[in-house]
Amino acid sequence: MLTDNPALLGLVTIVIGVGACLGYFFFSNVVLDKVIFPATGPNAGRNINRANMVRPWLFLFPAIFALSLYLAYPVVETLRLSLTDRSLDGAFVGFENYRKMMAESKFWEAVRNNMLWLIVVPAASTAFGLLVAQLTDRIRWGNLAKSLIFMPMAISFVGASVIFKLIYDTRPADQNQIGVLNAVWLKFDGGIGSVLMLQVLPTLMYLAFAAIVAYVAWLFVKDIVAKGQDRSVWLLPLRLLVGVAGVWLVWLSVSSAVGVWITELPYGEPQTWLTLSFWNNFFLMVVLIWIQTGFAMVILSAALRGIPEETIEAAIIDGANPFQIFFKIKVPQIMGTIVVVWTTITLTVLKVFDIVFAMTNGQWETQVLANYMYDKLFRANDWGIGSASAIVIMLLVTPILVWNVYNARKEMK
Amino acid sequence: MASIAGKKSGLTWAVHISVAALVLLWLFPTVGLFVSSFRSADQISSSGWWAALFPSEQNEVYRTADPGDKRVADGDIFVVTGNIFEGAPRDIKAWGVSSRDVAAYQPGETAELKDGESVTLQPDGNYVWRGNDKQISGRGQRIFITATVPPEFSLENYTTILFSGSGQDNMAKAFFNTLTVTIPATIIPIVIAAFAAYALAWMEFPGRALLIAAVVALLVVPLQLALIPLLRLHLGIGIGKGYLGVWLAHTAFGMPLAIYLLRNYMVGLPRDIIENAKVDGATDFQIFTRIILPLSFPALASFAIFQFLWTWNDLLVAKVFLIDATGSTTVMTNQIVELLGTRGGNWEILATAAFVSIAVPLAVFFLMQRYLVRGLLAGSVK
Repeated sequence: MLTDNPALLGLVTIVIGVGACLGYFFFSNVVLDKVIFPATGPNAGRNINRANMVRPWLFLFPAIFALSLYLAYPVVETLRLSLTDRSLDGAFVGFENYRKMMAESKFWEAVRNNMLWLIVVPAASTAFGLLVAQLTDRIRWGNLAKSLIFMPMAISFVGASVIFKLIYDTRPADQNQIGVLNAVWLKFDGGIGSVLMLQVLPTLMYLAFAAIVAYVAWLFVKDIVAKGQDRSVWLLPLRLLVGVAGVWLVWLSVSSAVGVWITELPYGEPQTWLTLSFWNNFFLMVVLIWIQTGFAMVILSAALRGIPEETIEAAIIDGANPFQIFFKIKVPQIMGTIVVVWTTITLTVLKVFDIVFAMTNGQWETQVLANYMYDKLFRANDWGIGSASAIVIMLLVTPILVWNVYNARKEMK
Repeated sequence: MASIAGKKSGLTWAVHISVAALVLLWLFPTVGLFVSSFRSADQISSSGWWAALFPSEQNEVYRTADPGDKRVADGDIFVVTGNIFEGAPRDIKAWGVSSRDVAAYQPGETAELKDGESVTLQPDGNYVWRGNDKQISGRGQRIFITATVPPEFSLENYTTILFSGSGQDNMAKAFFNTLTVTIPATIIPIVIAAFAAYALAWMEFPGRALLIAAVVALLVVPLQLALIPLLRLHLGIGIGKGYLGVWLAHTAFGMPLAIYLLRNYMVGLPRDIIENAKVDGATDFQIFTRIILPLSFPALASFAIFQFLWTWNDLLVAKVFLIDATGSTTVMTNQIVELLGTRGGNWEILATAAFVSIAVPLAVFFLMQRYLVRGLLAGSVK
């Protein structure tokens, strides 16, 4: 009877749940102080000390129980499942699942797309967030502007997917386009405006991106080249890695810039954006960038406010222009926060599931790891490969996990 | 910043314009959905939503009254008079009597047809149609008009989605299901995490630093890893798929952030208050409920908003732990994904359904934004 009415069931659950929690905390303390270690009699002093040694664990027990059962145990159990085969009654099969997974082209497609997401989304969200944070810092209606750009944070990935599907909607060529993107696209006819907007502008953007990447990579690499600095040997592989990634990205963007001029664009034809392979990934990423920019903005805005005024005043007196102040005075001072924002968005990207699931479900070469895993688990019912891909996600998260724990411990000392 | 040095930056205007452009760009998608949810299926499929905000030009066809009983003799000539608009007036820009030239005449002009037949149309829709016996017979004369139609919006889609719709089109049940999932899943973790956070912040015991490190580590564990083992566990111990399972899952998944946020906040509370209370003989339980909890309200609110938004917007956890084959416990996000599959072209249904599901989080967002920002600032691992 109770289960017929979920709302009532929910209400009862709140009362029982909250009541049980409070009751547990209250009565366990009472039992501890009055029954097990009473603060009276000959051993009063020793009993109080004993009770105070046990009490933290009373307070912690429900949380530790929930954390270990629902988060820590699954990590181990998933690892175990990834080494077994469900159809063989859970027999141990070693790395067989991983081998099968590696042989699937869909898996590599997901890995490739995830890498693309990992580069583009955190970079774009952080850059937009920093831009908005800096611009709104100076103006009177800045708070209103920030609150409006922050708003998509409250919108579910599914809701955002519907919003953007409307933007990418396609109608036959002889009808009015109801998707903004196609309506704008059909305005381009191959004339001078099209060349400016679709060829010159993207080329400049690619080259600017290449320049920024080259500069950042150089910052990392130059310490290796510089003489007399032999500190942090263990950072050497990291620096080299950044250097190689930088060269690769520069090459990629320069060749894309050339590509813009070679490709013939199909002017005048409405496009089904979500089926254009490779590019459709970017149309999906836009959704997440739209949501995450607000997050980056809020954190970076607070960091910008925290910069000591004196450093900026000094720069102004020395004759620095606004761009120099921004790039040479402000950005270096908030570098730590930028890294935090970047890693936090990276975590979100690694777990992105809803957007791909709702918009393309991994068709047209848009698969990502989280959706690949869901596919394996609940459509193919293959728990072995599903667990193996979950472990891959876990491995990708691990460096950030270690970094966070390291920083948190450093901060507490 | 430039104002510190006493001179006004020349970039100010550029800044205002770029911020305005960015804000418009960020608002544009949501506004599109919002506007579309007030338009009918025909309106949505015939023009982009941005056109709906302005009066639009439309071509319409009307017919004069049939001559049979309406015509009035005037000597040799017969006349039919009347108004082409029956209760729904339009602002006529041009009109015509032939489909080949629908905008041949201005309102007030007279169209001269063959052999002395004529039609006059006034701006208010009144017409006079005259001609001889043969011309004024049969059916009424067709009149084509080009009219400006003011923007038209209706609440009909919302009535369908919330009340009258059938089957998948009706979101009322999913709305209550979502609420049923969300509220316990928001409140229960707060209670559990608050006690743990107090212990981690203000009680001395061996292993405390290790526990805090573990919480930070669990903060980033992808919940993808938890899906199969926990589903197996739930099925194994008889919870199965249902509300209890999803409440437990959300409670545990929200726990690391809750403990982290609350501990960081509680650690910052003044030590004196707590020590004074201890000297006065208060127990830890009393200190917690009487002093720490009330003082921690901002952090509790921050976490509550996070957890609310996250559980309300969640799709994955609900799909795995809640929704069974009957689908009677579906939540709004899941129903929208299903609608995307089955009603992909029916934007009036989709837009309205999506807006119903994001309206509550948006309201919470705008009302409690202060706490959300505070939580974000405290929650990102520094």
